[in-house]
Amino acid sequence: MTLNTRVILICSGKGGVGKTTLTANLGISLASKGSPTAVLDADFGLRNLDLLLGLENRIVYTAQEVLEENCRLDQALVKHKQEPNLSLLPAGNPRMLDWLKPEDMVKIVDMLSKQFEYVLIDCPAGVEDGFRNAVAASKEAIIVTNPEVSAVRDADRVIGLLNTHGIKPVQLVLNRVRPKMMESQEMLSIEDVTDILALPLLGLVLEDEQVIVSTNRGEPLTLIGSSHSPAARCYSNIAGRLKGEDIPLIDPSKEGSGLRDKFRRLMQTKIF
Amino acid sequence: MTLRDILNKLLGRHPASASKARERLQLVLAHDRTDLSPDLLEQMREEILNVVAKYVEIDLEGGAVSLETEDRMTALVANLPIKRTLSGEIQIKEQTKKETVSSSIEEATE
Repeated sequence: MTLNTRVILICSGKGGVGKTTLTANLGISLASKGSPTAVLDADFGLRNLDLLLGLENRIVYTAQEVLEENCRLDQALVKHKQEPNLSLLPAGNPRMLDWLKPEDMVKIVDMLSKQFEYVLIDCPAGVEDGFRNAVAASKEAIIVTNPEVSAVRDADRVIGLLNTHGIKPVQLVLNRVRPKMMESQEMLSIEDVTDILALPLLGLVLEDEQVIVSTNRGEPLTLIGSSHSPAARCYSNIAGRLKGEDIPLIDPSKEGSGLRDKFRRLMQTKIF
Repeated sequence: MTLRDILNKLLGRHPASASKARERLQLVLAHDRTDLSPDLLEQMREEILNVVAKYVEIDLEGGAVSLETEDRMTALVANLPIKRTLSGEIQIKEQTKKETVSSSIEEATE
């Protein structure tokens, strides 16, 4: 069986903007939509994807042992209990950084591509060795950014690097969107960010306290499928769009429906 | 301009911060993308002015060279007010006529 595997790099440049959370939620969501999916933690120095997926106690081997041929790939893959379509290939340890080369990443991803329809690579922050290794193995990319100057600036730098590496397509996910702040023009708008970065918008994720709660538990929001979580809805929409479903973007300005929200919208009306 | 902007102006309040963020980002990205330091830009500005000065007399004070960015394309825009051409034949009205020389530089590649 030959799979037309999509190898997607999830990166941001700046740390702490939500790469790992997006990787975990997209992984669960794609898997639950029936696509065999692997998530690969390319952050060998500071791994966290295992923790967000609640798989930290089930790791025996890592990509390192697979590359050294001390174990088989299927021994290193950690299958998610509630969502068996999803597997995690855990990172090696920090020592691995010294010897891991772009060719090694390509090798790991090639192995994963034989079994999975989607391979999501959780890229480390920064633009150094870890980033270069992850890029070498990727075909397309999702840039995660927040509507904040520092995150957008770093995203721009990463987009430039992805372009020179011929990664295509590169799509944008705007994370931690606060509709109220956007409406009062105290936060960069969606158009501001898409204009500046000149990328197609794959989706936006609304700010949601439930994200922290789900990390505490090690259960991604999309796993619980909580319909009352705005972020879960956003993640699931993004997964759908990746699979080619036609799902309209959420309009953050329509998120509130009270009198106050209506007044706020009136204040936003462009007069000239 | 929105109702909020007008209200802010009337009340003498600070404009909302998003527009400030946008301006600052556009400026910093124009420089990031070309990888040109202010020193290099200044050096380039002088050289461009010298080349143009060979052909036309320009207002050296009023000349400006800047980087502008749109859609991930960064353009070098030089605004050089021409006093007169050096051939002396054609007189161009001082200060009023401005010539814009712009050339696009492909986004800086690594």
